[in-house]
Amino acid sequence: MIRTFYDEMYAADGQVRPHYREFARWLAETPPELLAQRRREADLLFHRAGITFTLYGDEQGTERLIPFDTIPRSIPASEWRVVERGCIQRVKALNLFLADLYHDQRIIRAGIIPAEQVLANDQYQLAMQGLDLHRNIYSHISGVDLVRDSDGSYYVLEDNLRTPSGVSYMLEDRKMMMRLFPELFAAQRIAPIDHYPNLLLDTLKSSSPLDNPSVVVLTPGRFNSAFFEHAFLAREMGVELVEGADLFVRDERVFMRTTDGPKAVDVIYRRLDDAFLDPLAFNPDSMLGVPGLLAAYRCGNVVLANAIGTGVADDKSIYPYVTDMIRFYLDEEPILKNVPTWQCRKPEELSHVLAHLPELVVKETQGSGGYGMLVGPAATRAEIEAFAARIKARPAAYIAQPTLSLSTCPTFVENGIAPRHIDLRPFVLSGRETRVVPGGLTRVALREGSLVVNSSQGGGTKDTWVVED
Amino acid sequence: MLSRTASDLYWMSRYLERAENLARMLDVSYSLSLMPQDGRGDGLDEMAMPLLITGTLDDYLERHGQLHAERLLHFFALDPENPASIYSCLGAARASAHAVRGRITADMWENINATWLEIRGIAEQGLGRYGMSRFCEWIKERSHLFRGATYGTIMRNDAFRFIRLGTFIERADNTLRLLDARYEMLGDEAEAVSDSSARGYYQWSALLRALSSFEAYTEIYRDAPAARHVAELLLLRADVPRSLRACTEEIDLILASLPGGNGRPAQRLAAEVDARLRYTSIDEILAEGLHPWLTHYIPLVRELGNAIHSAYLEAV
Repeated sequence: MIRTFYDEMYAADGQVRPHYREFARWLAETPPELLAQRRREADLLFHRAGITFTLYGDEQGTERLIPFDTIPRSIPASEWRVVERGCIQRVKALNLFLADLYHDQRIIRAGIIPAEQVLANDQYQLAMQGLDLHRNIYSHISGVDLVRDSDGSYYVLEDNLRTPSGVSYMLEDRKMMMRLFPELFAAQRIAPIDHYPNLLLDTLKSSSPLDNPSVVVLTPGRFNSAFFEHAFLAREMGVELVEGADLFVRDERVFMRTTDGPKAVDVIYRRLDDAFLDPLAFNPDSMLGVPGLLAAYRCGNVVLANAIGTGVADDKSIYPYVTDMIRFYLDEEPILKNVPTWQCRKPEELSHVLAHLPELVVKETQGSGGYGMLVGPAATRAEIEAFAARIKARPAAYIAQPTLSLSTCPTFVENGIAPRHIDLRPFVLSGRETRVVPGGLTRVALREGSLVVNSSQGGGTKDTWVVED
Repeated sequence: MLSRTASDLYWMSRYLERAENLARMLDVSYSLSLMPQDGRGDGLDEMAMPLLITGTLDDYLERHGQLHAERLLHFFALDPENPASIYSCLGAARASAHAVRGRITADMWENINATWLEIRGIAEQGLGRYGMSRFCEWIKERSHLFRGATYGTIMRNDAFRFIRLGTFIERADNTLRLLDARYEMLGDEAEAVSDSSARGYYQWSALLRALSSFEAYTEIYRDAPAARHVAELLLLRADVPRSLRACTEEIDLILASLPGGNGRPAQRLAAEVDARLRYTSIDEILAEGLHPWLTHYIPLVRELGNAIHSAYLEAV
């Protein structure tokens, strides 16, 4: 089967798309040696700045660079405005869904989502039932993963409502591009994104009913793969970066241990999964959390961003219902499309999936980071058979989707420039208003033909431009 | 400031200062070992001194059996298994900096990270090509650079204070130990030897150079280096930046400017130590005996470090 791909830079007839013309002209005029030298410079700067991530399963815990590609992913502003509206619409609906789910459950009573789909879900947190949150916001920071099919239309691949990461790469990639190629930014109008930390701080502050709440970033610690990002955001916002051991709860209030004695904490931007937050309430083995945090949270004395229990809404088994949520809560038609999804828990869909495995992508409903998935067209017979056995053993744990032909973007590879598959993760902030900085994080699968863009699987990143057209 | 953050900042600068002092100590031992020795030609006595000062003699002997100049240098410079090696100190300093990279400036972080990446490169190639003296110079230079980046870029807040506290506690300890070891090395000769004896001259001037105080010494005393003046300079002169007194004065001032009531015991101890030094004369020290006096002060500095720990770094 021959697949056709939508290329971000070149139209099907080989012409450069209008929003890439300025860049293409610059690329043609710039000597290759200079480009190569700048790429080495970028590597060196990233290394020196320690902009790294740690790979799990790598015993030495080596810090690695995420490969950075100097050819940007560019989006015309008119097209971006649609994507932006679509992401905002989606996150609004998801927040309304969470508020409904943890209160009246109208959507279940209306028969739109089967009760067992949510109530029996591991990510559904009983502790959140009936709890009122300020502004009714559960997911303050959301990442919406988008891909483009062969006709160029955008699809939402998944929503990330727990602790979406990658925003620091979005910001550092832009800084690097402006440092290496300032002339590109003089030649055309590229929407700025540097104010993201400001918007984030504003969002976090507005999540608390207090006038000037004390905000902290909670990290699992420096061995976490995204520690760089936690430290980066804390620094950019000018707030404390804390670990669980730096916090304690007394009389249902959260404090941090400082050189000047205990200091109250009002908002916690936590980059720690639900299960690790409070050893008294969740995983008792967690050394990362804060005993008593949940009790303080339930008393309304501290805000957690994101709220506990958001995982039930970005679970892959809930994903097929998001378009219905948008219709149900907002009475609007979804702006962004969902990828058609077969749910293996339904017997008739399961048999379809098992019969078509070589064409499908199968994912665990609770997996992330590209672990535990099957990309049918790229798998061997043996791999497919092994995976089929796993699906049959636990059908409810899997969904399947057609293999999308992710769009491509020219990328520097070993021998020159070649198209590589990319996706896009815009970051949506929900507070007083719902906002998105223009663009997002573009991840690129550096191996030829690969569709897996996760950094843990050898993916790289690109700067993402929204260009005035 | 978070206690953990303060602790990481404090240990970051302590380890960096320790690496610098190790380089200074190795440099002096290495250059003295090249001098003709009394009765023996191998210079191993000299080379064993760093083992005694850092308390790693047993550790070394267990792993390497006997003293061997090249292995010793490697043990102190680049051995990742030796927690007291320059390599390990820089690794620990960099790990602390990594944990608080949000609280130090980009200039500081990039500096310390670059140092770490570079020493890893050196460790892969071995010292051979680099040369001991050049390596020690390089370590000092990186430490100077980091301090320069710190003074030039960081806000004058508590972070700055804890960074400097770490530096001065570590430096006070190191100056005491270096002086004590050099004095031990000379043994009974220390005072008996006439000031013009060549051995005494090289020993003391090497120590002064290691502590970058040779110029200060000649300017103040206009005389060949000898035990009495060297001890006075390194213990009591507040205007010599690596002297004990200069360190305690800084520690006293820094502690006095830190907020919070739980720091009182540490503040009191620092003020006491500093006041005592301020009104001590070298004659009194020599009357007590330099070695007993130093043996009393080394644990005192450790106690000061402990007081800082319980007041700020482990606070509840």
